[in-house]
Amino acid sequence: MNEAFFDKKDYKPLDRVDGRLKVTGAAKYSAEYALPNMAYAVLIGSRIAKGTIKSIDSKAAERAPDVLAVISYVNAIKVPGYQPKGKHPSEPSTQGQPLRVFFDNKIVSNDQPIVAVVATSFEKARHAATLVKIQYNKEQHMTDLEANAAKAVLPASGKKNPKSPTADYDRGEKNAFESAPVKFEAEYVLPTEVHNPMELQSITAHWEADDKLTVYDKVQGTKMTQKNFAKEWNLPEENVKCIATFVGGAFGNGLHNWPHETAAIIAAKQVKRPVKLVLTREQMFTMVGYRPRTWQKIQVGATKDGKLVAINHHSVGQTSSYEEFTESTLQQTRMMYASPNVSTRYRILPLNLATPIWMRGPGEATGAFALESAMDEVAHEIGMDPIDFRLANYTESDPDKNMPWSTKYMRECYEEGKKRIGWENRKLKPGSLRDGEWLVGYGMGTGTFGANRNAATVHAELDSDGNLVMHCAITDIGPGTGTAMVQIASNTTGLPTEKITFHLGNSTFPNAGLQGGSSTVNSVGPAVLAACNALKEQLITMAAGKGNAAFTSAKPDDLMFDKTEIQLGGKSAKLTLGDLLKQNNIDKIETTNESKPDENRNKYSMNAFSMHFAMVHVHPFTGQVRVKKIVCCADAGTIVSPKTAASQMIGGATGGIGMALTEDAMMDHRFGRYITKDLADYHVPVHADVPEIDVYFVNKPDLLADPVGSKGLGEIAIIGVAPAIANAVFNATGKRIRELPITPDKLI
Amino acid sequence: MIQFQYERVTTAKAAISGLANNSNARFIAGGTNLVDLMKRNVTAPTKLVDINMVPLKDIQQQNGKTSIGALALNSAVADNKLIIEKHPLLSQALNAGASAQIRNMATVGGNMMQRTRCPYFYDTALPCNKREPGSGCGALQGLNRMHAIFGTSDKCIAVHPSDMCIALVALDASVVVAGPKGERRIPFEEFHRLPGNQPEKDNTLQNNEMIISVEIPDNAFNKNAHYMKVRDRASYAFALVSVAAALHMDGKVIKEARLAMGGVAHKPWRLKEAEQALAGKPATEETFRQAAKIAMQGAKAFKYNAFKLKLGPNVIVEALKNAAGLV
Ligand SMILES: Cc1cc2nc3c(=O)[nH]c(=O)nc-3n(C[C@H](O)[C@H](O)[C@H](O)COP(=O)(O)OP(=O)(O)OC[C@H]3O[C@@H](n4cnc5c(N)ncnc54)[C@H](O)[C@@H]3O)c2cc1C
Ligand code: SF4
Repeated sequence: MNEAFFDKKDYKPLDRVDGRLKVTGAAKYSAEYALPNMAYAVLIGSRIAKGTIKSIDSKAAERAPDVLAVISYVNAIKVPGYQPKGKHPSEPSTQGQPLRVFFDNKIVSNDQPIVAVVATSFEKARHAATLVKIQYNKEQHMTDLEANAAKAVLPASGKKNPKSPTADYDRGEKNAFESAPVKFEAEYVLPTEVHNPMELQSITAHWEADDKLTVYDKVQGTKMTQKNFAKEWNLPEENVKCIATFVGGAFGNGLHNWPHETAAIIAAKQVKRPVKLVLTREQMFTMVGYRPRTWQKIQVGATKDGKLVAINHHSVGQTSSYEEFTESTLQQTRMMYASPNVSTRYRILPLNLATPIWMRGPGEATGAFALESAMDEVAHEIGMDPIDFRLANYTESDPDKNMPWSTKYMRECYEEGKKRIGWENRKLKPGSLRDGEWLVGYGMGTGTFGANRNAATVHAELDSDGNLVMHCAITDIGPGTGTAMVQIASNTTGLPTEKITFHLGNSTFPNAGLQGGSSTVNSVGPAVLAACNALKEQLITMAAGKGNAAFTSAKPDDLMFDKTEIQLGGKSAKLTLGDLLKQNNIDKIETTNESKPDENRNKYSMNAFSMHFAMVHVHPFTGQVRVKKIVCCADAGTIVSPKTAASQMIGGATGGIGMALTEDAMMDHRFGRYITKDLADYHVPVHADVPEIDVYFVNKPDLLADPVGSKGLGEIAIIGVAPAIANAVFNATGKRIRELPITPDKLI
Repeated sequence: MIQFQYERVTTAKAAISGLANNSNARFIAGGTNLVDLMKRNVTAPTKLVDINMVPLKDIQQQNGKTSIGALALNSAVADNKLIIEKHPLLSQALNAGASAQIRNMATVGGNMMQRTRCPYFYDTALPCNKREPGSGCGALQGLNRMHAIFGTSDKCIAVHPSDMCIALVALDASVVVAGPKGERRIPFEEFHRLPGNQPEKDNTLQNNEMIISVEIPDNAFNKNAHYMKVRDRASYAFALVSVAAALHMDGKVIKEARLAMGGVAHKPWRLKEAEQALAGKPATEETFRQAAKIAMQGAKAFKYNAFKLKLGPNVIVEALKNAAGLV
């Protein structure tokens, strides 16, 4: 790559532009808007997993002090957009009919929201909710994935279109595995995991007029939410406003609009007041999405000297009985290694559960656990170092799409990662290393995720004092989007970061997609770039028009600011921004620019890659695992905000520790109810579980993917971490745990 | 809002009379357990008697025993110099419990009275004899990974979740309680009870009694004491199995031993036979294995907690090795 690029785009670590607001409590989250005359809604969930509501006795609740309404299918106002089966308009993300809250008496999952109690205070609503008596007609439910795996189906998308990522896939010979010299086969299970962001799902719904709705909503897409609710309530889009200025973590569970949101909107309409509704922690397990429990079987055929012959990968994931949730569990298997023969089978099993939703590293993180564990197992079987085994099957082009990579710098990751973790200390034979009583092991796992990009638009305004203010509807669920965009603008213009503001999280701002799929920097970044360049072009035209000869042939790249002084080709143009605007009788310039994916997407396979290395200690008698060090290596293109990017990697690795060692939403299938559903029982890693995490970025731009050169890294930060730890546990103990999480009981 | 009476008292006497004539009145101390249970609708007291102002926070040494006030905070006890020096086992056990924030609120009395963490007990949509006598035990045929292997009944297989209490039972503590008729002392081992036919009763404290203090007799176990807790994450999780081990050494020989287990029974589980087996023996791994074997006699596992039959003795051995300075 062009070295000059680095000189110019040398992005420095920057503290979060909104960090102070967040740590001082000044940042306002969706449950923190206190609107005049606001009421509070509390949801009651069903106590059975399948059946119908026989009766709802709400008399006592209605009589309780300051209760405004008890709303259920019996008395809820009609939602105009509720459609007959199969025709719900609002969902681009999953096939099927999203749950229509308070629509009828049917119950299809346990803790399904069935009643909302609305009162003048949260406490009063909560108390009244305990007074509602509900009777059910129970039917036989089905919640157990493994017990019913044989009933799994090919998703409709795969049935309809053989080219769909969910369709059956065969490359090369179907039976190649059977005749491979080395044959390996195993099953892997990933439990249901719940996003559990710090901030609970919350919404404040406000009908500003009969046909004008504003929601302060915890979502990952303000435009998505605007569109969905406009359709649901049969309103023109401009009558619906979604505000999500701050989001306290989401990890994917804000990528879908959930029943509680509609419940709050119904309640607000019904009591004619703004209504705030916050889910409880337990409801975060049942009323929003989760990472589906997934069973996988993988077969790997290889030669004795470590060349892959075939991979067959089969997965079965949970979905609800009303929506078909799918994810790209098998994608990595198709493209990561140079195996001539690959078959994948993706199936889903409709159960009496709420619909799952993408959770960080969606699909790939699940698939990588099986694939990267299996790669380690095969390497062990043929007595090869697992990195050498992977390098022996390195592919210089995408064997799935049959296209060249836009960029792929995984060799750099292998080299740097090995050095940093101390791979030379690793022994091929498991159980050979000790530190006192503890067994020591090293493992690694790779990850990949598409370098996704969507269209995005940014509005930018520059005033004579050099203040640059931008607007875009994108949300920031925590990665530091505002910070990254400010850095891109600063590097493009030379304006200091303190003079740049990026407003986001509001559907009235220019269009952007969802914050999901690691696509934000790749999508909104180019729009920021385009807007900054457009501003520069305006200035060049203005300057040239006023007789500044030097500007007549200048390009946006030639112009930079030194504070408010304009520089051309690195030298002072002896002209300030203020003077130039004054000469033109204006006090600011502005522009709106869209940037969207180009035709390179049809020519190249664009992916971000990661490689995680783990060193673990395992106690041979108590089965406790301590992760002692993690090294994360990422080929994510240009790193525009090194500090927040490193935080992303650290957060992803921490999530990966949870996936590997602690997180498990356990369900008692007799009742179809979760039993680990608070933060005491559902274990996310705590500080003591998280060691030093060392982050390395290749930091080479991918200018084919987008003009910023970024490939995205939110997902690859977690993809491959769990197998790295599981592989390290095997290296330490010789025990292979194929069902996560690896808790002490599985190792003794 | 659920209406309840709230009364703040400044003396133990007022506290006790605050409970009079109301079987649904409860003391509230740190609130770290009671408030959670109220929020989950597991319990709904009609009156709360706030005892935080009652002056029972002192930790004193006199007449051959250490006395700890019932309202001393878990963190204050754990960090107390006297406790660290004389009863390090207790300090270690306290620090192995909950989180720093919770320990800063939780009291000694509240810790003893905390209720089981059995998930069926916490979810009012599920059966639980402890919460609702006669409704059945959800855990018996359910997900009983966290449950007891000793002293269970077919009515309840829950465990007592405290770490502090495991150290206290090992140290032969006694509990000073006061009621309308005055004070009495309960040996720690008799404070908590087994579920039997009345799983709703966690302990032998009477409805109108208050815990005043805990007393630990002077002992020679402070040189060789170790609390080991194995859990699902490195901190902030309840024990799968924990062991309080303390040895009074005479050179390389064990003069006297104390051993108790957590995460295995409805009460802190003292292992007296194993203690006897240790006395007079050399402090070796072999000795510890033998004692662990004895300790596990009578253990009975359920569908998902069979691992405790293996983890239990391993943790006993490891705790003893650490206490003896063998690792
Ligand atoms: C997330 C979480 C994790 C935890 N992890 C652990 C752990 O790992 N190990 C562990 O040991 N504990 C753990 N705990 C429990 C914690 O130790 C207890 O909640 C705490 O000790 C209770 O003390 P408190 O003062 O807050 O009691 P409160 O909640 O105020 O009261 C609890 C009960 O005790 C009664 N009570 C209080 N004082 C007296 C008294 N003097 N006389 C008679 N009755 C009294 C109250 O009436 C009430 O019924 C955890 C708690 C939480 C929430
Ligand atoms: S074990 Fe005890 S607490 Fe748990 S469900 Fe059974 S009766 Fe209730």
